[in-house]
Amino acid sequence: MTTTVKTNTLTLVRAVTDALRTMLREREDVLVLGEDVGKNGGVFRATDGLQAEFGEDRVIDTPLSEAGFTGAAIGMAVNGLRPVVEIQFLGFIYPAYEQIMTHAARIRSRTLGRFTVPMVIRAPYGAGVRAPEIHSDSTEALFTHMPGMKVVCPSTPYDAKGLLIAAIEDPDPVLFLEPMRCYRSFREEVPEGKYTIEIGKGKRIREGEDVTVIAWGAMVPIAMKAAEEAAKKGIAADVIDLRTLYPLDRELIVESVQKTGRTVIVQEAHATGGVANDLIALINDECFLYQKAPVERVTGFDVPVPFFSLEDYYLPTPERVLHAMEKAVTF
Amino acid sequence: MEQFPIIKIVDEEGNVALSEYREKLTKELVMMMYYHLIRTRTFDRKCVSLQRQGRIGTYAPYEGQEASQVGSALALANDDWLFPTYRDHGATMTFGHSLVRILLYWKGRNEGCVPPEGKKIFPPSVPIATQLPHAAGAAYAEKRKGTKNAVIVYFGDGATSEGDFHEGLNIASVFHVPVVFFNQNNQYAISVPIARQMKSKTIAQKALAYDIPGVRVDGNDIFAVYFETKKALDRARNGEGPTLIEAVTWRYGAHTTADDPTKYRDQEESKRRRECDPILRVERFLQKAGWWDEQQISAMQEKVHSEIEQAVAEMEQFPEANPTDMFDFVFAAPTWTIEQQKQMYTTWREQA
Ligand SMILES: Cc1ncc(C[n+]2csc(CCOP(=O)(O)OP(=O)(O)O)c2C)c(N)n1
Repeated sequence: MTTTVKTNTLTLVRAVTDALRTMLREREDVLVLGEDVGKNGGVFRATDGLQAEFGEDRVIDTPLSEAGFTGAAIGMAVNGLRPVVEIQFLGFIYPAYEQIMTHAARIRSRTLGRFTVPMVIRAPYGAGVRAPEIHSDSTEALFTHMPGMKVVCPSTPYDAKGLLIAAIEDPDPVLFLEPMRCYRSFREEVPEGKYTIEIGKGKRIREGEDVTVIAWGAMVPIAMKAAEEAAKKGIAADVIDLRTLYPLDRELIVESVQKTGRTVIVQEAHATGGVANDLIALINDECFLYQKAPVERVTGFDVPVPFFSLEDYYLPTPERVLHAMEKAVTF
Repeated sequence: MEQFPIIKIVDEEGNVALSEYREKLTKELVMMMYYHLIRTRTFDRKCVSLQRQGRIGTYAPYEGQEASQVGSALALANDDWLFPTYRDHGATMTFGHSLVRILLYWKGRNEGCVPPEGKKIFPPSVPIATQLPHAAGAAYAEKRKGTKNAVIVYFGDGATSEGDFHEGLNIASVFHVPVVFFNQNNQYAISVPIARQMKSKTIAQKALAYDIPGVRVDGNDIFAVYFETKKALDRARNGEGPTLIEAVTWRYGAHTTADDPTKYRDQEESKRRRECDPILRVERFLQKAGWWDEQQISAMQEKVHSEIEQAVAEMEQFPEANPTDMFDFVFAAPTWTIEQQKQMYTTWREQA
């Protein structure tokens, strides 16, 4: 980074606001819509101040209707706008699922490219913040399984801003998942103005030879904590923050797993049908002969995310991850 | 608007506005209503204070909406069904839900979703409007079984924007089933005022589209709520199909304890609204009728307080949440994946 770039110290949620503000200024075709995003600035304050700056027709409080405003956003996107939709919590996206699955994700292929849907759907997600029931889902796999959607999930303020701007500029629909637990957990230097991080690229956040640990969203700090503990026991972990869940960063994963020969995947979501399973398939395809141990998974269970009195039991912890790392290394 | 006037039986000053009801407002009925009103208000305030002390989690208060919730729930018969949202514990407790269970719900315990044996109270719906089709379905089942049971389903003004609202009403109308759609129009969906939620002037008029009766009542007038809900339930029981009731009311406080209403709502408005407070109205009525009996009322308050304190104590002494419940209640018989996960997890926890 050159010394001339000004930076601000931001939380992840403020970095999201910063990305939205940057793009609302940069491009007339960008608009933000959803429940309570206007006057209230969003229930997490992610859109704070934007309506005051850009007006009610660019930062739009919609009726309480996920299918309605997501469907409307599809119409906007096919007709020259770049809508950024906010779903209040990922657990409330399901009414809009039909619109996303049956339309947003496949209009390009249905029309052989004649119509496209350059829209972004932002959704806070994940457990561990003592939210009421249904507010804690991490069902990203419903969307990675959906052909025609890109799925992005940052874990840091810097990545959140760069990835959100890239998502807004992306010609295809992008689901942008914001880990609630990371919203205000720490601050980071974030450059002012526009910059992008390529969708489809993960990031190595710790270098090691013994075992690859792959995580995303709120599981990244958990994986890092486990890696630090493992280091004390002489296990050097290569930790990857996936950042994009579809498409996966094949080069980075393959390079790391071929180097270490051992993998632990940390996934907050339920085990069956999750992103971890796609990672295992990729590793099986590309790294079979390099494997020194079966891939370990640390995941949530195949149960509805329990009410908050039990959520700590559901969520992967650094201890569970460390246990899996030791299992992989001692196999 | 003219087609759906707000029905009021007792006005803000406590005067009877519809004289044909004068006879029906017996001392016994009014005192019983008053008891439930103060019971729900005291409970709601207790919950807000428990949340502030960190003894329960995020809580959704309903202060100001008591007449709507209590009046409608009192109109139900014991074997009816009640489908609530996260804000309707005033209605569920009036219908016989256990206070301890309601408290456990807000403490983040699945146990809070379990109604007393024999009480057909569904767990609160958290996703907006999704409970309306359930109510239509439950009513269909009652009809098919040939019972005289009816169903009531609660929802807010914001809920009328969701597809499920329209789908629920449509299905109920087509199948002509015994359900009352009870809307509490507290005029805000978090930060969005009703005028930004819909262009139609009333919620009641939406009934026209489904060719069912639409009724608009003063939601702060427990008498209007009670008698209109009763009428609708009677129609349902008599095979005359569904009704949509709009109870026009106001919530004084925040959307939930995690929310800051000063950002989007004029707080003076809430202060002014206290002048039309549903409980004040009954007190004024009681005084005018000469039924206000200090002794009887303080005994009532006493009873309510001790009942609530007792429930809080029970909630706090409730046995620790059991982590394996998470695995045990997903299916009638666990699948191998869940069994495997449960076993591995239990072993790991025992070792750790
Ligand atoms: C499908 C869905 N979308 C969003 C939310 C988040 N949310 C919770 S309450 C609420 C407002 C509901 O307003 P209203 O229906 O008027 O009922 P009130 O809360 O005023 O009682 C919203 C948007 C939700 N629970 N479910």
